[in-house]
Amino acid sequence: MPLSSADFAAIWLTFKLASLTTVILLVIGTPIALWLAHTRSRLRGPIGAIVALPLVLPPTVIGFYLLLAMGPHGYVGQLTQAMGLGTLTFSFAGLVIGSVIYSMPFVVQPLQNAFTAIGPRPLEVAATLRANPWDCFFTVVLPLARPGFITAAILGFAHTVGEFGVVLMIGGNIPEKTRVVSVQIYDHVEALEYAQAHWLAGAMVVFSFLVLLALYSSRKSQSTWS
Amino acid sequence: MSAQINVRLQLSYSGFSLDLDVQLPGKGVTALFGHSGSGKTTCLRCIAGLERANQAFVQINDEVWQDSQSNLFVPVHKRSLGYIFQEASLFPHLSVRANLEFGLRRILREQRRVELAHAADLLGITHLLERAPNHLSGGERQRVGIARALLTSPKLLLMDEPLAALDSQRKAEILPYLERLHAELDIPVLYVSHSQDEVARLADHIVLLSEGKVLASGPIGETLARLDLPLSQGDDAGVVIQGEVCDYDARYHLLTLQLPHSAQRIRVAHAPLAIGKTLRVKVQARDISLSLNRNEHSSILNSLQATVIGETAADNQAHVLVRLDIAGTALLARITRYSRDQLDLQPGQTIWLQIKSVAVLA
Amino acid sequence: MNLRARHFAPSALAALVGCFAFTAAQADDVQVAVAANFTAPIQAIASDFEKDTGHKLIAAYGATGQFYTQIKNGAPFEVFLAADDTTPEKLEKEGDIVPGSRFTYAIGTLALWSANDGYINDTDKVLKENQFKHLSIANPKAAPYGLAATQVLAKLGLTDKVKDKIVEGQNITQAYQFVSTGNAELGFVALSQIYKDGKLTSGSAWIVPEAMHDPIKQDAVILKKGENNPAAKALVEYLKGPKAAAIIKSYGYQL
Repeated sequence: MPLSSADFAAIWLTFKLASLTTVILLVIGTPIALWLAHTRSRLRGPIGAIVALPLVLPPTVIGFYLLLAMGPHGYVGQLTQAMGLGTLTFSFAGLVIGSVIYSMPFVVQPLQNAFTAIGPRPLEVAATLRANPWDCFFTVVLPLARPGFITAAILGFAHTVGEFGVVLMIGGNIPEKTRVVSVQIYDHVEALEYAQAHWLAGAMVVFSFLVLLALYSSRKSQSTWS
Repeated sequence: MSAQINVRLQLSYSGFSLDLDVQLPGKGVTALFGHSGSGKTTCLRCIAGLERANQAFVQINDEVWQDSQSNLFVPVHKRSLGYIFQEASLFPHLSVRANLEFGLRRILREQRRVELAHAADLLGITHLLERAPNHLSGGERQRVGIARALLTSPKLLLMDEPLAALDSQRKAEILPYLERLHAELDIPVLYVSHSQDEVARLADHIVLLSEGKVLASGPIGETLARLDLPLSQGDDAGVVIQGEVCDYDARYHLLTLQLPHSAQRIRVAHAPLAIGKTLRVKVQARDISLSLNRNEHSSILNSLQATVIGETAADNQAHVLVRLDIAGTALLARITRYSRDQLDLQPGQTIWLQIKSVAVLA
Repeated sequence: MNLRARHFAPSALAALVGCFAFTAAQADDVQVAVAANFTAPIQAIASDFEKDTGHKLIAAYGATGQFYTQIKNGAPFEVFLAADDTTPEKLEKEGDIVPGSRFTYAIGTLALWSANDGYINDTDKVLKENQFKHLSIANPKAAPYGLAATQVLAKLGLTDKVKDKIVEGQNITQAYQFVSTGNAELGFVALSQIYKDGKLTSGSAWIVPEAMHDPIKQDAVILKKGENNPAAKALVEYLKGPKAAAIIKSYGYQL
């Protein structure tokens, strides 16, 4: 068996982390993307830039600030301690928070593009047909933006799977809690266990390729709003 | 006036402002007419609540939809209106039937006054129900859009240049359906348009807008014949006449109409219609010629006696516009200044007019 | 890295040095891979070395395992100061070093450290009381300080008791970072990270007795690429000399 039980634990943990992160991001990313797509507020630029920051920042920067913020002296850390939750560093919950921040633009931007492409007209039409805003969201926006949601979910999931720097900075490499595949690969390479590193790294390459293949081949011509 | 629509709107963006206060009839078709940029679409969107004017009062018959003084603003989805956009804006992810049902399902059963089968029949889309919107022609899409709006049983139908995106063939295909709506349903309609022909054909009442302000508001017949409005200046300027069918000549396929409050009649080429039915015709100013005597021997069918009311300069120096009256029915004639001087036209003078052609509207 | 770039980098640097360094006509560059825990001492040694010999030391800091991979794949390092003795030994066996050049340049001292003053009373008491939430160590598979830390815990019979409280940094720098930011109350770090001029720079610590773990021998080698570079030989000789020894000791290493 080329992969150890520790490797499988890392794979399972990574899957859990990426799934949970994706679900959370779809839930909180959707209103952000809706707002960004439709607002005329002056805050649109700054908020859009903040959401996009993880695209350009090195993960170590995000990890470093999270380590400080979630630590016992940081604002987040003091809040979570006051709530009786302790600190979030070295925990799965902490990784989820880090991943949500780190993968945010990969979910928000495809959604925002989808909402922008839909434009305000279908929402106006639905309103004149007596649909309240929630009704309108579920019966018009959601179905029309479906390709955007699929892209967002795939990219969010895949990008979280590929996360390394943030986990390294705040994870503490705890088996079954914070030791994800990318860190496990790093460990193997550091310990000169090249055979195991190859198996995991190769699996990552195959996985990433399949994900992107699915994404690009599913992008058929979307029905346009007429 | 018992049933009526009151609209007061004030709003301004950079470079555009809208400031109007109109009372409109609570039934029939009212056209909001003007050039692009005159504010007619904005006005319609404010009435629908799609846009929010800073100062506004919108009352449709007995319902107040917006009153900025008491901070009342009924959200769009709670206003009983149907809105037809310039492009049909069908939901591409739903079939024609599901598009029609979208609004219908959101109306309480006891408040439904239009049934799906009836609306589909009225607009001639019954055979399209199971199709996807992107397999329809532009005209078919617009008809589905209209049926979809009707199925919410609205108390007011707002139509924003529903024919503007269509070519003339599609327009011709859809106009009869709009006329049937007008005839069969008792829903007041606000119809935005910049086409005089459409307005003449469909509207009972017209509001003339220019740069965000109301230039004129009144019944279609009088308003189109007013010499003080830019309406009379256009090449397609003309009036709408309503007459009552009093005879049909099967041999020549000619229908005879009696003008209101008058013994005078006009004849038009048309299919047979029941005696007593009213018919609207449009007479273009450029199709009327004037003479001092009755011209008996001519290919021109209609020769009527009228009184000269006044005149105004036309957009071209060789022409004048003359307003005429036949027992309360206003008419416009576009003649040369030379002819005017030859005939020595004076207000109050009785004169003969010949109508070269008559377009039957409805 | 391709061949051209490999040759370009040192010559470009040499050109730069030629422009700015007027000190010695015989100046040569030496490219050194330095274990992260030895960062501060090598910087202090470098300025003396450059003053005394006229050579220029160009250092890269990182993890020993990573350096090994890079060296095996053609990295342009001439001297390697490792964080352990096994990696240089492996390179020696594989024929990647100048024969006979391997020597121990420093012996690391392990310390149990907390960023809080008075948290540790120079004994193992705090470990045995086990009142903390997180104990930070370096990855024992990759870092010798991490391995030594697990040996200490085993010797104290605490391996199972603290098992769930251990958080691992990928290297000794990260283990230190977890403690310094307060995320872990205490952790095993290199004394060199918290020690300067014979005293602690901050917090409180227990300097772990040498006998409790295998010696953390840090070996240096001249790599094949540095075989004909006089500056590489000069650096190794300098490291063995008394001036360097004094600096190394002042950072808490032994010799």
